[in-house]
Amino acid sequence: MGSKFNRDIDTMTIEELKDEQQSELIEKNKWHHYWHLIKKDWPLYAMLFPVLLFFFIFRYMPIYGILTAFKNQADLTLGVGESPYVGFYAFRSLIGGDYSREFWQAFRNTFAISMYGLIFGFPVPIILALFFSEIKSDVYRSITQILSYLPKFISTVVITSIITLMLFEGHEPHQAPGILTSVLTNIGLISAGTRMLGEPQYFRSIYIISGIWEGAGYGSIVYFAAIMAISPTNYEAARIDGANKLAQIRYVTLPGMAPTLTIMLILRIGEILSVGYEKIILLYNVQTYATADVISTFVTRIGGLLGGQSVSLNTAAAAGLFNSIIAMFLVIGANFISRRVSDTSLF
Amino acid sequence: MQRLDRTELIFKIIAYSFVTLFAIAALYPFIYTISAAVSGKLAFETGKVIFWPVDFQMDALIGVISDKGFWIAYTNTLFYTFFGTAFSMILSVMAAYALSKQRLVFRSKINFFIVFTMWFSAGMIPVFLNYRMFGVEFRWGIIYGFGIQAFNLILLRNYFSGVSKEIEEAAIVDGANEFQILTKVYLPMSKSAVATVTLFYALSRWNGYFWNLILVNWTVEHPLQVFLRKYLSEYLLDENASITNTPYSPYSYMYAMIVMSIIPIIVIYPYLQKYFARGVNVGGVKE
Repeated sequence: MGSKFNRDIDTMTIEELKDEQQSELIEKNKWHHYWHLIKKDWPLYAMLFPVLLFFFIFRYMPIYGILTAFKNQADLTLGVGESPYVGFYAFRSLIGGDYSREFWQAFRNTFAISMYGLIFGFPVPIILALFFSEIKSDVYRSITQILSYLPKFISTVVITSIITLMLFEGHEPHQAPGILTSVLTNIGLISAGTRMLGEPQYFRSIYIISGIWEGAGYGSIVYFAAIMAISPTNYEAARIDGANKLAQIRYVTLPGMAPTLTIMLILRIGEILSVGYEKIILLYNVQTYATADVISTFVTRIGGLLGGQSVSLNTAAAAGLFNSIIAMFLVIGANFISRRVSDTSLF
Repeated sequence: MQRLDRTELIFKIIAYSFVTLFAIAALYPFIYTISAAVSGKLAFETGKVIFWPVDFQMDALIGVISDKGFWIAYTNTLFYTFFGTAFSMILSVMAAYALSKQRLVFRSKINFFIVFTMWFSAGMIPVFLNYRMFGVEFRWGIIYGFGIQAFNLILLRNYFSGVSKEIEEAAIVDGANEFQILTKVYLPMSKSAVATVTLFYALSRWNGYFWNLILVNWTVEHPLQVFLRKYLSEYLLDENASITNTPYSPYSYMYAMIVMSIIPIIVIYPYLQKYFARGVNVGGVKE
């Protein structure tokens, strides 16, 4: 093989050599040409530069820190660069070692919270949009719509503080329970004095119901726009054909909003691993880890980001990387399918 | 015909009731919060406050207003929101303008460079260590470290791409430079998109909690959200918190703090909600 290669160079014709030189020249000219274009247009590139620098420093530089996951955590004080490699030690301790019980629990919880959120949370904005479209008084509809987006405007800390205070169990005799606890006790759903945020069986319901309360109004906007885009003549035609309201929804409204529905569903599935960790951190506690701990909250805890003793930076980084990689494939896959289905994608 | 009218009527009744209930449910916790903040100690502690204030008092609110720590946190939040939004907007508007230009060399590669960050993150630990390395542990660090959000940038870029080219060409003929085209042509023509993105940036600054908590070392630099949370967890841990001599329950004090922190949001909400709602519809982005 080697000799053949040598012969090829030896027997290259003059013309071939010329071609080679020419393409090199073109290559050189190309860069020269780009440089010329950039120089001529420099204000445009100067405007873009700070943002590119931002993305490089704060979004690409951290990729180097992924090495943390393959390092010996005891030596991380040396900095990511100098501490010795230990290979896949951290990954092994996640999958089958010291941290495996907690890790798989967090993994299962991530999927469970996302799936329940999808099953119960996905239809509500659609139903809400359907009902909004039924309100013929513009003033009344606007007022109810604006009120329904309001919680989305408010910070997670305020929302979770209100939830915590309303679910307060009360201190006998000098403090009555929170308003929600009283209501739930009175209708017999919980027994008096139950500390709901301390019981694993209630956590997911609290998280998902408050999530619907917070986000369904805002989520309905996109479906409402889709319903409004359906031509009224379609309803007229359906009515003449003898369709009742349910039939109209079934045969006119739903097909009309099908593209929007499909995209939103696909994109939502792509985000299955990105559970709102901030809200979980603000609502969960040691008693509810069994149902509440998700991968990102596990990472903050094991990584010691919120203080506390059990710090294992490399295990935390490994769990984070695991999460990031699966999340990336889910998001790219969802966008790819969404683009195929409808020519629309988030990116 | 009779039957048809009936199903439509029933559906209409259901729609009106559901929408009304949802709107009330969305508003109720905030009304309750205000009532709880201004109700008297005994009324609140015996569970008499349900909707409206009972035994009205202002002492809890006055107590919050005279709390020095609260104002330090408030000022910090105003600082983060004002300078953070200004920084984010100046950089984003300039970059979105450049990215909207077809003639940009390596345009699609640069777009990919930005969009990729929405797909993949190195994970919390490397991001945290990186922020530490770049000194994001004080006020200004938070301003530049959380400056740009790819989604907002793309939203602006898409809007700028739709700005009429004729007016731009006319401005070029008149001798306008790049910066003048941006400020005199593009910005006035994309007021609502700029308002939407400004609102998104400002809200995320005002509401920011987690990263500020774990990155900022000094309590005096913590924003309102961190302060609120710390106060709440300390109170809930204290079993004897209720035994005080104040004319209000300690929980009313907590509610009063929440009221003070959301007042600016509630006041501006009616004026800004249309931009907030618009963000979703321009959100269907294409590359």
